[in-house]
Amino acid sequence: MSTVELDLQQAVEDAAAHLYVWALKDIPQDLRDALADASGKETSVPGQRVLQTILKNVQVAERENNLVCQDTGIAVYYCRVGEHFPLHPARIYQALYDGTVRATLDHPLRSNTVHTLTRENTGPNVGYRVPIVHWDFVADWDGLDVKCVPKGSGSENMSFLKMCVPADGVKGIKQFVLESIVGAGGKPCPPGIVGVGIGGSADYAMHLAKEAIARPVGTRNPDPEVAKLEEELFELLNETGIGPMGLGGDVTVLQCHIEHADTHMTLNPVAVNYQCWAARRASAHIAADGSTEFDREA
Amino acid sequence: MAEHRLTFPTTEKEIRKLRAGDLVTVDGHIFGIRDRTQIRIFDQGVEPPVELNGAFLLHTAPNVRKRDDGGYDPLCIGTTTSARMVRFTEPLGRDHGVRAICGKGGLPDDAIEPMREHGMVYFAIVGGAAALETTQIEAIEEVYWEELMPECLWKFRVKDFGPLWVGIDSHGNSMFHDVNEAANKRLEKILAEL
Repeated sequence: MSTVELDLQQAVEDAAAHLYVWALKDIPQDLRDALADASGKETSVPGQRVLQTILKNVQVAERENNLVCQDTGIAVYYCRVGEHFPLHPARIYQALYDGTVRATLDHPLRSNTVHTLTRENTGPNVGYRVPIVHWDFVADWDGLDVKCVPKGSGSENMSFLKMCVPADGVKGIKQFVLESIVGAGGKPCPPGIVGVGIGGSADYAMHLAKEAIARPVGTRNPDPEVAKLEEELFELLNETGIGPMGLGGDVTVLQCHIEHADTHMTLNPVAVNYQCWAARRASAHIAADGSTEFDREA
Repeated sequence: MAEHRLTFPTTEKEIRKLRAGDLVTVDGHIFGIRDRTQIRIFDQGVEPPVELNGAFLLHTAPNVRKRDDGGYDPLCIGTTTSARMVRFTEPLGRDHGVRAICGKGGLPDDAIEPMREHGMVYFAIVGGAAALETTQIEAIEEVYWEELMPECLWKFRVKDFGPLWVGIDSHGNSMFHDVNEAANKRLEKILAEL
């Protein structure tokens, strides 16, 4: 590798090491606002107390420079790579891997990754195919955006897929999302963000659902039809009464985000990926010269 | 809804006073336990290395730092989803005299009858609120089965631990059952109007 590449790989590793810990400690402003709004709306006694405790916890994490939640998650990164970014994605992956290791050992963070059959720990939050990295490539650009989403298992365990048929229509999509969230109850740490992926194929629908939870809270899909469905589901989900931590109340979800793809004429896939109230994410924008700008809100 | 303060370990008599929906704050000693810890006890038949009679068990796997003297300092301690571990409820009460299981998200209805029969409760904590929870843990006093890290058997000394809700009491009541039943009724109505 050239010196430029070595320096860039180091810059990406440094960014990943910082992002992983930062995401765990300092949740974005849009999420803080959504939690404060929820606290204002909630009328049930346990629900109010849960939300007050959550808000207090966010302050304590800040004051004590501690993690918001103990689940350091499974490391997921979203990369947008410019066509002219001078480091190959194979090296970017290695940098993200090394950064995850460094963050885990230096802090230290709890290490969660295990072999899926033997259940033996595989390393400092890394292993075979972990961290999980999603790629997007951008023409006519020389930068790199990295978003780190340490995903907690309590919410990830509440992921659901249904291959609805075309005749089920939009009604089938709504029904499946509502049934999934009522079935999940208090397990995924509500009120959180319901990510929904529709269209594409089975695997792609789930990918889209995960992408949806990583958006800033309350942003709307640019397609007006999809945005309308986001609004409708958001309201309906909050009529279920599951409430904060499943103890009953008015606020079951902070938001519903939907991502979509066109699909086959005989397919109507719908995937649900839940994100807990501690919806951790943090981003970095890395320029071709390695200079890095950190961004909590992207 | 009543408010209580309890010191653990405790007795069946104290536990029977609690009703679903009550708020509880806890002091004293509690144990951290998780999937692998209970798989070892119940599926692999290994006796726990410590007395659990009257105990409070917290569903957790903490972030810790090992000290030079071999002990551990708490860095960030929070609570995991309880439902995965529901099948251990009955033997914990019947064979070990455990009085309280604490976690987040609730236990399914399978836990109601064993808790009634053996005089146990389920405490619901605010999941994810680990920074706050860590400030309520004064010390990690013992760590058993270190090879299961982080799913060891942990002994914590706690002060003002909470808020905790009595999610399931020892009289056959469950907040989670009630919320779930009401939510399913609402869902039926919502679906009928789609």
